[in-house]
Amino acid sequence: MNAHDPGAAGRMNKSVPLVTITIDGEEVSVPDGSTILTACNAAGKDTPTLCYGDTLTPKNACRVCMVELKGSRVLVPSCSRKVQPGMEVLTDSERVRHSRRLVLELLGSSVDLSTTPRIDEWMARYDADPDRYGERAGESLRRDVHEPGEHHAGNGSVAATMSQPVKIDNDLFVRDYSKCILCYKCVDACGVQWQNSFAIQIAGRGFDSQISTEFAAELPDSACVFCGNCVEVCPTGALSFKSEYDMRADGTWDESQQTQTTTICTYCGVGCNLNLHVQDNKIVKVTAPHDHDVNHGNLCIKGRFGFQHVQNRTDDDKD
Amino acid sequence: MTVFGAGGGTSSYREIEDADLIIFWGSNAREAHPIFFHHALKGIHKGAKVYAVDPRRSKTAEWADTWLGLDVGTDIALAYGIGREIIHAGLVNEAFIANATLGFEDYIAACEPWTLDVTSRETGVPAELIRELAHDYAKAKRAQLCWTLGITEHHNGTDNVRALCNLALLTGQVGRWGAGLVPVRGQNNVQGGGDMGAIPKNLPGFQDVGNPEHRAKFERLWGVTMPPKYGLTLSEMMEAMDEGHLTSVYIVGENPVQSDADTTAVARRLRNLDHLVVQDIFLTKTATFADVVLPSAAAWCESEGTFTSSERRVQLVRKALEPPGSAKDDVEIIRLVAQRLGHDWPIQTAEEIWDELREVSPAHHGMSYRLLNERGGLQWPFPDEDGPESPFLHGRLWEKDPAKRGRLAPFGIIEHKLPVDKLNDEFPLRLTTGRRLTDYNTGVQSGGFNSPIRVGACVDISPEDMVRLGINEGETVRVSSRRGSVLAAARRDPGLRPGLLFMACNFPDEMDTNALTIEANDPIAKTAEFKATAVKVEKTNEPLPEEGIMADAADHERQHKELATVN
Repeated sequence: MNAHDPGAAGRMNKSVPLVTITIDGEEVSVPDGSTILTACNAAGKDTPTLCYGDTLTPKNACRVCMVELKGSRVLVPSCSRKVQPGMEVLTDSERVRHSRRLVLELLGSSVDLSTTPRIDEWMARYDADPDRYGERAGESLRRDVHEPGEHHAGNGSVAATMSQPVKIDNDLFVRDYSKCILCYKCVDACGVQWQNSFAIQIAGRGFDSQISTEFAAELPDSACVFCGNCVEVCPTGALSFKSEYDMRADGTWDESQQTQTTTICTYCGVGCNLNLHVQDNKIVKVTAPHDHDVNHGNLCIKGRFGFQHVQNRTDDDKD
Repeated sequence: MTVFGAGGGTSSYREIEDADLIIFWGSNAREAHPIFFHHALKGIHKGAKVYAVDPRRSKTAEWADTWLGLDVGTDIALAYGIGREIIHAGLVNEAFIANATLGFEDYIAACEPWTLDVTSRETGVPAELIRELAHDYAKAKRAQLCWTLGITEHHNGTDNVRALCNLALLTGQVGRWGAGLVPVRGQNNVQGGGDMGAIPKNLPGFQDVGNPEHRAKFERLWGVTMPPKYGLTLSEMMEAMDEGHLTSVYIVGENPVQSDADTTAVARRLRNLDHLVVQDIFLTKTATFADVVLPSAAAWCESEGTFTSSERRVQLVRKALEPPGSAKDDVEIIRLVAQRLGHDWPIQTAEEIWDELREVSPAHHGMSYRLLNERGGLQWPFPDEDGPESPFLHGRLWEKDPAKRGRLAPFGIIEHKLPVDKLNDEFPLRLTTGRRLTDYNTGVQSGGFNSPIRVGACVDISPEDMVRLGINEGETVRVSSRRGSVLAAARRDPGLRPGLLFMACNFPDEMDTNALTIEANDPIAKTAEFKATAVKVEKTNEPLPEEGIMADAADHERQHKELATVN
């Protein structure tokens, strides 16, 4: 969207050389330093991603974007592996399909992916059957209170899950960790990559891992400043705006009836870009364009949540 | 900025990421400009050293390597002390001074009394820290000097700004990538409002009402003769109301009964007017004084147009919602008012009005809606649609060719003057005011949502003063100045030094902070001294006036109902 100032590098007129690789037998050229995922996109290959974030450093957590690289013993994550001249990449080989199917099945059996965009399409494409691990275990009330090292292995009769109660401890956003795939994007957005508030981290080990505040405190008692930049990057809807959560619960959330308009924040003079999601002439959530270099998809609490003043409307006001 | 001849920040946000020294002087950017601070954090993580110059050890100061906790209103003294140290240590940028500046000899003379010891005594900042900042600033490859209202909301705010500009001239920390002066704007379009001529001396595009050539251009375009007289600033209007010359006022999108200093005096003036028109999105407290209220659409989401940000970036504002009831776009309201006054102005789109501006403002000439849309905004000056953008200003000062270099930048010879509202035995404490992360101005907008981290209407007190005055956290105290008195809950803030208090200005319905502040105005910018009030604090058993946040939200709803009936 924005192609403005290229920074110091741009002013020095450094032209970036192109690197040519082969994807599924076709040559594609991308700027040096690009990832295989960028090359796949350039070649028109639709690659599933979950933990990849266009504003974040690759975390290699979800393993759903793996591709086969000729000469490499193991599959490689396309979201982080940089292109090198002459690479031969396969995106739809049996090994790749098998790997993606398994990743989707394991995630699907343990996590509620019902609000993950495009998940049904990917499940179908890779013939994934998350139900083959059997019935899902019920809700756990103990995920927040594990002692270090404490772990109770299941007996295999049911599929272990992330299932747990929804956390609603404020009016702005909701944490439904039954939907969490532990991709770390929220942690990175809250931490050193953007917000630097460090309100959340991974607590626990292995399958007992959980995104948590310090001592699992409720958000208003934590270091959270409610910028919602974690919600912005969450790929599964584990973090969602309270407005969206409530409308989904009421059955009134309807993305086909929503418009998205990019405008500028009404608060301080920094000029952050906002995307207003509007349904029935009401703002139902606020996101931000990731490709704008004023705010890179980030906002503060006022920009993200401070819109209520334009819709405390009475019936008299409605047209 | 009279120093450089253009009123805007010299750098882009992106540049602070490449700076090796960042100074936040009277700026709590971490809370007041969180996303600008994201850019600073990038620089900090790359190794930039950070100084915070602020009476409070603010959230921003918590990110600083060194905090200079100066006494309120001693910024000019501190700047002179830094300047003198740079001069005496032989760290001035002689080539830049010779090439680009005027009045250096006078500046040396003005600095001379401000030894580290004298400066330290006047400002309360340890001499060693002053020295350290001076040396680091002079030696930095790329230093960003950022300020906000902590510099400008003083009786001598313009002088404060000049004091900071002097330091940049002394060291050549301006006009290069990464080196600049960055006033971060407090409101979304305060930059754009000024750029568009909402300054009594200006026509749109930095042109002067008093300049016949500039005027002629607008007269040709509009087919009218324009009065050559400058208008009145807000504080001059206040004076004119006191003197009875100004009897009718039309206020658009401003809530002076709560936002201006000494609110009691403001309310009295508005009550005495013959006629008051208020155009706003809510029935604000100011609007309750009006004879006529014109309900307008919210500019940022119910209307089309542009805002200009602190980095001089003009960005498109787009309509996402239909405005409520009979609220109308500001442009349409003004057109209808003109029509009643006998002028048949055409109905124009926001783009058509913008194109009209482009015809008369060279700095905006190249900014078509098409380009603004494609490129996510453009930074002025942008005279030519094919031309490059200007990430930073005043690169010309480094040019050797006098023709390219243009007007030289003068050092400002200014005088250190303490705040007008003096401390004495009766009013021994210094109150400073500001904004918190979750709140904004008079709360008209930010009061609408339930923030989990809102601390509400309270007065922040240092732990030492709380002990001395026998006050516990949460107890009600009465804060009084020479002008007014308010009740507030006491809140302990270890970031405050003894003798210093802080109050947010965002909850005027529960705690009218500006009933305390003083209307001591800067003679040039006419900004009031919100940052320095002499007060006393007393424990009291009186109940607080209203229940905090919920009452605020309910109040807005009530106001809104009334607004609907006005139509």
